[in-house]
Amino acid sequence: MDLLNALVALTNFVIVPATAYGAQLALGALGVTLTVAVLRFTNVAHGDTMAFGTMVTILATWGLQSIGITGGPVPTALIALPAGIAATAALLLATDRLVYRFYRQQRASSAILLIVSIGVMFVMNGLVRFIIGVDDQRFDDGARFLVSARDFKAWSGLDEGLAIKTSQGITVLTAAVVMAALFWFLNRTRTGKSMRAFADNRDLALLSGIDPERVVAITWILVAALATIAGTLYGLDKSFKPFTYFQLLLPIFAAAIVGGLGSPVGAIVGGFIVAFSEVGLTYAWKKVFSYLLPMGLAPDGLAQLLGTEYKNAVSFLILVLVLLIKPTGLFKGTST
Amino acid sequence: MKSLLSASAMLALLAGAAHAEVKIGVLLGFTGPLESVAGPIASGAEMALSEASDSGKLLGGETVTPVRGDSTCVDASAATAAGERLVTAEGVAGIVGAMCSGATGAVLANVAIPNGVVMISPSATSPGLSTVEDNGLFFRTAPSDARQSVVMADIIKEHGLTEVAVTYTNNDYGKGLADSFQSAFEAAGGTVTIVAPHDDGKGDYSAEVGALASAGGEALVVAGYVDEGGSGIIQSALDTGAFDTFVLPDGMVAPSLTEKFGSDIDGSFGQLPGSDSEGGATFDSLAEAAGFDGSQVYAKEGYDAAALIMLAMQAAGSADASAYKEKVMEVANAPGEKIYPGELAKGLEILAGGGDIDYVGASDVELIGPGEASGRFREVTIEGGEIVTVGYR
Repeated sequence: MDLLNALVALTNFVIVPATAYGAQLALGALGVTLTVAVLRFTNVAHGDTMAFGTMVTILATWGLQSIGITGGPVPTALIALPAGIAATAALLLATDRLVYRFYRQQRASSAILLIVSIGVMFVMNGLVRFIIGVDDQRFDDGARFLVSARDFKAWSGLDEGLAIKTSQGITVLTAAVVMAALFWFLNRTRTGKSMRAFADNRDLALLSGIDPERVVAITWILVAALATIAGTLYGLDKSFKPFTYFQLLLPIFAAAIVGGLGSPVGAIVGGFIVAFSEVGLTYAWKKVFSYLLPMGLAPDGLAQLLGTEYKNAVSFLILVLVLLIKPTGLFKGTST
Repeated sequence: MKSLLSASAMLALLAGAAHAEVKIGVLLGFTGPLESVAGPIASGAEMALSEASDSGKLLGGETVTPVRGDSTCVDASAATAAGERLVTAEGVAGIVGAMCSGATGAVLANVAIPNGVVMISPSATSPGLSTVEDNGLFFRTAPSDARQSVVMADIIKEHGLTEVAVTYTNNDYGKGLADSFQSAFEAAGGTVTIVAPHDDGKGDYSAEVGALASAGGEALVVAGYVDEGGSGIIQSALDTGAFDTFVLPDGMVAPSLTEKFGSDIDGSFGQLPGSDSEGGATFDSLAEAAGFDGSQVYAKEGYDAAALIMLAMQAAGSADASAYKEKVMEVANAPGEKIYPGELAKGLEILAGGGDIDYVGASDVELIGPGEASGRFREVTIEGGEIVTVGYR
């Protein structure tokens, strides 16, 4: 019984939230890693791209709700996703045409492109705040829980409750589908293969007749889709506030770098590593230990490695460790 | 020669005219995170000033004019500069302000004490200001959070709870309230399992709630802001089933709380400054006539702060801070004739005649200890998704 209680407490406060958060980070890191692999620069504007996509999705959700279309038990935002993706893709393609293409033709170094993307970040940031404001927006509807803590307690007779939110279930499911689709696209389709060729050796790809502008455009569309989906899932699970998306940049980059910049598998693994470290290191293990250990041995303190206010520092810590020990990341990406 | 003489005569006249006008600084956070709160406080203070001025009874018929200054809330150096300007350039005889605890401490230490000017804050609640060295120049019509902590500890005990977890918003207000609550609750025989900060403006509070849940407790004290992280914590605690009873201090009790959570937080309870005195009702109708909302938080305290400065001046017979600072406690407390809002003329007249008054004002003023309001609190509980007033204490 105690073992079960410990397991349930651990699942409720560590495994479920960290899995959902990890899936959101992984989707974000996939977008970052694609820009690094194909476009050869670190896109700092990614967090605000996510915010923009989510914003359009929210506006579309409100539009759908006002004409009486809802998703029933699933959030309406999922139906509104295509609108968000389309608008974000349009924005990214326009940005590329207006800003990045110039530097690409100049063959500017990736450091210059990184700085350019900081400027793009400020513009997008302002755009989002201008349109939807800086406040919290909640747009989740449908059933709130797959399993609620109260029902679980009544059903299992345990002292500990287990809650799984609908948004958490949808996050993991959607992330799995999106990742599978992305890998199929990159490995099985002609366009995907040309993207990989372009990423591997740009000159060779040009010689063999691959149209660079087309590859770039497709990459931006994929990035827009990944960013919008990641942002919307995060917003459904937590809440939408433009500033928190800017803050997400750090864990997303940590995830991409841990896995190896430019490696899609690495981005996914990295996302989960960062999420589990953040939640695990700041979790107070007292409750779990007091179920597992015999009476008397249970800790008096909280058994917490880091205070929750240091949550953000965990990403930094991981970044520093990886850059010191294995700069190419776990899955041999480009060295940073 | 003649023109020089007339010029100096004119200067003397001007100086004489300037003397007949008493200036009072209204130093509040007109910009910054609490800008929406500052307006009604300033209106309250200015209403008291014009009331006394119009009566023509202050210090034998002097007029009083308010001078506004912006103490921001978060920027101590801007607050100091604004205070400095009021004192040196405008020559104010007293200051109503500042608004936030941090700004108030800075203005007190850098401006009020060096220049010997009386400050009465309508809204600074940090317990730290009770023990600050103030040369008898600092008072407040708002209660210290140390007092709120004792009230909150009592209410929790009366609900039969002995073990609570505490989370606070990571700033001076939150930390001050959480620390003083911990000592008050432990002194009352309760146990605080954890005191953990949370940062405002985050998207996700599951890690914070995980730690709080692991520490355990029968209820969660949320010393935060309802429009910020406080609600995020409650949401996450409800979602994970970590807590279902919440104790809500002043920053959390607002209509937006029940709009968000409805009856999900039924059975939660809390308290906020408030009183049911007849002075409060009188003030509300006076404020309505003057065109602002008197029920806004700390508007009543603003009126009372300004009134106390002028009544103390009248009692001392001088607008000199070193003289009237001794009289503030005297006019605020018993014995004497009770003075309510709108009766400042009556109070000034009694004092001019050498009588004694007990200023009650809009917020039931009773100054204790180092010159701060003893504080009346409204105890509330959440029932059926509504905030219900249980009583006053």
